[in-house]
Amino acid sequence: MTEATTTTATTSGRPGLDVLGLFRRPEIGAFAGLVLVFCFFTYFGWDRNFLSPLAAASWLNFASTIGIIAIPIGFLMIAGELDISVGAMVPAAKIILATATGFYGLDIWLGILITFSLAALVGWINGMLVVRTQVPSLIVTLATLFSVAGLTLFLSLYLTDTTQLALRDDDTRPVVEWLMGSYHTLQLGENGPTIWRGIQSSVFIWIAMAVACYYFLHHSPWGNWIFALGGDQESARNAGIPINRLKIGLFMLTAMAAALTGMCETILSNSASTTTQFTLIFNTIIAVVVGGVLLTGGFGTVAGIFFGTATLAIVQQGINYTQFDRNLSNLIIGIMLLIAVLMNDTFRKMATNWSTGKKK
Amino acid sequence: MSDRTPVIELRKVDKSFGPIDVLHEISLKVHKGEVLCLLGDNGAGKSTLIKTLAGVHQPTRGEILLDGKPVTFTRPKQAQESGIATVHQFGGTFPLMTIGRSFFAGVEPTKGFGPFKVFDRKKANAIAVEAVQNFGITRIDDGDRLVGGLSGGERQSLAIARAVHFGARVLILDEPTAALGVKQAAHVLRIVNEAKRRGLAVIFITHQVMHAMAVGDHFAVLIRGAIAADFRKGEKTREEITDLMAGGQNMADLEAEIEGYMETHEGHPPPIAQPAE
Ligand SMILES: Nc1ncnc2c1ncn2[C@@H]1O[C@H](COP(=O)(O)OP(=O)(O)OP(=O)(O)O)[C@@H](O)[C@H]1O
Ligand SMILES: [Mg+2]
Repeated sequence: MTEATTTTATTSGRPGLDVLGLFRRPEIGAFAGLVLVFCFFTYFGWDRNFLSPLAAASWLNFASTIGIIAIPIGFLMIAGELDISVGAMVPAAKIILATATGFYGLDIWLGILITFSLAALVGWINGMLVVRTQVPSLIVTLATLFSVAGLTLFLSLYLTDTTQLALRDDDTRPVVEWLMGSYHTLQLGENGPTIWRGIQSSVFIWIAMAVACYYFLHHSPWGNWIFALGGDQESARNAGIPINRLKIGLFMLTAMAAALTGMCETILSNSASTTTQFTLIFNTIIAVVVGGVLLTGGFGTVAGIFFGTATLAIVQQGINYTQFDRNLSNLIIGIMLLIAVLMNDTFRKMATNWSTGKKK
Repeated sequence: MSDRTPVIELRKVDKSFGPIDVLHEISLKVHKGEVLCLLGDNGAGKSTLIKTLAGVHQPTRGEILLDGKPVTFTRPKQAQESGIATVHQFGGTFPLMTIGRSFFAGVEPTKGFGPFKVFDRKKANAIAVEAVQNFGITRIDDGDRLVGGLSGGERQSLAIARAVHFGARVLILDEPTAALGVKQAAHVLRIVNEAKRRGLAVIFITHQVMHAMAVGDHFAVLIRGAIAADFRKGEKTREEITDLMAGGQNMADLEAEIEGYMETHEGHPPPIAQPAE
């Protein structure tokens, strides 16, 4: 029965700016939080130049290392899953790249290819385990977190006899250095104003990725599948969405994003170590939740995750530009997280009740 | 293809989940322009049967024929693409998605080309809103509203409207009238008749005899996973159908039993925790 659907329906004429409509968007809350935190540190960090390009570089660089991973983690959370194995995937990627290129002397492109492939394999294993066993992804990825960490340490010692590997600049290629592991500065003219200074390549990768992922989640048909999957898995399956393939794909994307972060860090710092990054796990989850993604799935935006990551980075790095004790940043983050979770609930209720037609 | 080839046919279909046998040698035929009412007690296996037809489950044994040709659906998508649309008993909509997006979940309309295809929000919203409004729910006029803000019946109507929109050959409705008001239920029945008139094969599950009698051409009663009765319209009286729907127990006897109990127990109804049979 498809004939009866010529598009003549009444989409209610929407007023130009819809203030109430704005409030149903989860990224607005995240954005408000970002502005608040930014103002806070601008005020308290005024004397120590929180507004300088250098300070901006410090929190942006930090944000990018979380942000590249936080976006796919956000996708997974919207789909109702979680991945904490990234804490081991990042050092694993570092070691793989440094072993392949720094130790065995393979071409850097080949090293990147190998790293991505192995990351995809880890993601695939995560996804398969979750899909096949129906065990909660927290437990599955907890298991792979430790497995990958153990394997990385073992293989690193077995193959190279060390847990610290070097990747010298002449092991790589200039274009790769420029794309993945350099500090960039943009100054207008000889003595003109500095637009940015000391920004890592990964910041640009993060921004490019956010744009691509925004398109993917909110405008491509696949984005709709992710929301449907997180909203009601059974209905999504019944609606013909290939939920298993979608989940596996998202786990692969997450592992590859973690690998990308690891490779950028290695190429930038010219070294790799096997240390598992437990804080990174928490940081990615905090960024996503502060960004307005619903822990139970089905709701969230890329813009929100982006703002959440920036907020977290400002708190973590901005504290160095104030008189406050460095350790207080974790207190601020804890409180922020709590507020965010409570706010998210309110925003969701508002979103559910929202309607353009309701103006009485 | 002769006109007497059933659109959809099951031949000796068995379905078990591990050791649990849920369906046993189900054979059914539904022709073009015919409504099959699937009746049976809770847990009889009705939903399992239609999930097997919809590609959610695969039969353990036996075969499904579409237009006389054997088919195997390994995924719901394949059943959909063959023109089988199903409204499952629960769910079917996504609370935190907009009406337009929920309506088109899995079959998103896109605009643009190549890798730059984007979800066509305007078109999706317009079609979804029109489909629900055609259903008599005129309060919904904005496809950007979230499904979670709708009432249970409105959500149910949205799910049915979706199936009607996409069901090209076979329409399967699992207790579609369960959450609906009198008006909307009547509308579902009208839709079923309309689908029948257009030559679709309809499978309709309900616990309400009135609804079954209103649209059914052909009735099949499931008791514990097996077909206990299979008859055409007019072959059985309403009382007989009611008894069969109660799992073979005689409703009149049951009522008499309850009344008898109440007489001897100062008007109290019998305690609920009675063992079956
Ligand atoms: N995935 C499954 N695994 C194991 N058993 C199942 C599964 N799905 C259904 N069953 C069992 O199959 C039987 C039939 O269930 P089904 O949902 O088909 O009943 P129904 O006829 O639709 O009942 P109702 O009228 O309550 O909707 C039940 O006993 C149920 O426990
Ligand atoms: Mg059922």
